[in-house]
Amino acid sequence: MWLTQPFNERSTQLFIGVLLAAMTLVTLLHVVVPAGHPLHVNAYTVNLFGKYLSYALLAVAVDLVWGYLGILSLGHGAFFAIGGYAMGMYLMRQIGDRGTYGDPVLPDFMVFLSWESLPWYWLGFDMAWFGFLMVLLAPGALALVFGFLAFRSRVTGVYLSIITQALTFALMLAFYRNEMGFGGSDGLTDFRDILGFNLRSNETRLGLFLASGVALGASYLLCRAIVGSKLGRVCVATRDAEARTRFLGYRVERFQLFVFVVSAMLAGLAGALYVPQVGIINPSEFSPLFSIEIVLWVALGGRATLYGAVIGAILVNYAKTVFTGVMPDAWLFALGGMFVLVTVFLPKGVAGLLAYRFKRRRDESDAAPGQEVTP
Amino acid sequence: MSLIQSLAQRDRVFDFMVPAESPVDVRHGPILYMEDVTVTFDGFKAINDLNLTVDDGELRCIIGPNGAGKTTMMDIITGKTRPDQGKVWFGARHNLLTMNEPEIATLGIGRKFQKPTVFEALSVFENLELAMTADKRVLPTLIARLDGPAREWIDEVLEMTGLAELRRRPAGILSHGQKQWLEIGMLLMQRPRLLLVDEPVAGMTEQEMERTAELLTGLAGKQSVVVVEHDMGFVRSIARKVTVLHQGSVLAEGSMDQVQSDPRVIEVYLGESEEAA
Ligand SMILES: Nc1ncnc2c1ncn2[C@@H]1O[C@H](COP(=O)(O)OP(=O)(O)OP(=O)(O)O)[C@@H](O)[C@H]1O
Ligand SMILES: [Mg+2]
Repeated sequence: MWLTQPFNERSTQLFIGVLLAAMTLVTLLHVVVPAGHPLHVNAYTVNLFGKYLSYALLAVAVDLVWGYLGILSLGHGAFFAIGGYAMGMYLMRQIGDRGTYGDPVLPDFMVFLSWESLPWYWLGFDMAWFGFLMVLLAPGALALVFGFLAFRSRVTGVYLSIITQALTFALMLAFYRNEMGFGGSDGLTDFRDILGFNLRSNETRLGLFLASGVALGASYLLCRAIVGSKLGRVCVATRDAEARTRFLGYRVERFQLFVFVVSAMLAGLAGALYVPQVGIINPSEFSPLFSIEIVLWVALGGRATLYGAVIGAILVNYAKTVFTGVMPDAWLFALGGMFVLVTVFLPKGVAGLLAYRFKRRRDESDAAPGQEVTP
Repeated sequence: MSLIQSLAQRDRVFDFMVPAESPVDVRHGPILYMEDVTVTFDGFKAINDLNLTVDDGELRCIIGPNGAGKTTMMDIITGKTRPDQGKVWFGARHNLLTMNEPEIATLGIGRKFQKPTVFEALSVFENLELAMTADKRVLPTLIARLDGPAREWIDEVLEMTGLAELRRRPAGILSHGQKQWLEIGMLLMQRPRLLLVDEPVAGMTEQEMERTAELLTGLAGKQSVVVVEHDMGFVRSIARKVTVLHQGSVLAEGSMDQVQSDPRVIEVYLGESEEAA
């Protein structure tokens, strides 16, 4: 089965092992070690880690299309934000009559705008299953339409990057408007609970952190399975020699569309995990700069490895937390500096260093005859 | 007649899978039959009343000075260029002039271009895997697994092309000659009936040329092969029958010795070398 294939890969075993160990460690240090002990991990930190994990998932989604398909999407923030809005809409409707205006159905901002009833696209979001489904389907549908048009007309390279930027920019402008019905510039916030659990309780925060970890692990496995399948090899072939791949009889644009939609859905999932942990979603997530930043995480971590994207996302965001605490003004310079240093000294990113060791081992095992293994 | 022909071919249009035995009718001899073919580019006749017949299983070499129309001839066979007039038949059943490029490729005509393009990031094995005849839609490709016969077929092509030891290495590290062989291997994966090879040994070392000669002569009999080549030594080492093309038509045809002693051929080649001098 193609889905179970990744379990045979050393790098995947290692990745899943490290992820599970980290999740267990954080849980233990949070729950078992008493507060006040120097090793205790407080709820704030657990929440922070959960945020990093959702960013890591977003980076994996970007690496899937950039690393393996050669599509430099500078608009993945849009899919992330749409997934986040879908989750936000569910969370808004969970508030019920506990809002400032006490309307049993309408979210506060709609009452404020003196709307009479829910717009049609808010229907169904009172049900968790529907909201969670939309987390995947809404970004997926946008990617399907956008990708269909772009790949069919064979828009590639820098032109595609530019129109993905345009896409996220246009959506940002649209979501800023109050009439859109997504809370305008304030976005959606003041969430109370998720699936009946109080979002402000420590247990829920731990739960969301663990859910992010599980989602990251599962998505990583899914991406590895895709990348390790024959379809993944067609993607790499497309990335390196598109015309040649087409000449072999593959309908390249359909492969691109498939992977692009999967990636957009994973980005949406990341957004949906992010929103309950930060407690707000607003149009700034659509900002073109954010989408570029995601690409920087992947570049820093190392493109076309998937685990590199995870490393990059966590490293950069950790550095960001530290920096903005100490010298908020210096953050952008630090990010730029890091990027320059890595591209000059580590063109394959942090993962390039790790891969070097793996590769040596693989080359040694090359000499041994045996089953065909795809790297 | 041609209407019936084209109706009879309808069933092939949506057929992604080439059967191992393609329905090419070679009972009457030739696998490729070209008659009175003419192609004009802006009034210039690149191919002029060309007549060419290639038998099933034959290894044919085409030589001729620069601009003789060799590459254009291959463009016509593969459907890339449409002739102004003439007939081009694949076996006795398929009129190639009524078919488009993918249809012709699916029918079993493989073509190697002058410049090799292999997927450098993929291993030699994976390059062959992608080239193999298979259901090439998205979801079948996602769940595709190599079964025993497919693996054996890849192994066989790896042996034929002499790349068995390099099977797991990325194609990017291959030498120029090895890339050419890999590309021929990728064509073979589709089990073509007719292989068109344009200048296979350009830029190769002596040894690589020898290996290529072995490879191509080894294919003859199983496949029909048409090789375009400038290198006379190479042509001599592989050819049983040589066709000399000049100004878009056949100047001479026969064994290498016959052709080389033909006064018209000598004149064309001498004339050319005098011009060059
Ligand atoms: N698309 C085209 N438009 C105009 N002229 C063309 C075109 N294709 C080929 N020609 C001309 O037709 C003639 C035959 O070209 P062709 O490429 O078939 O020669 P060739 O025998 O393959 O030569 P070489 O040995 O240099 O590869 C040349 O004079 C060329 O300039
Ligand atoms: Mg030529």
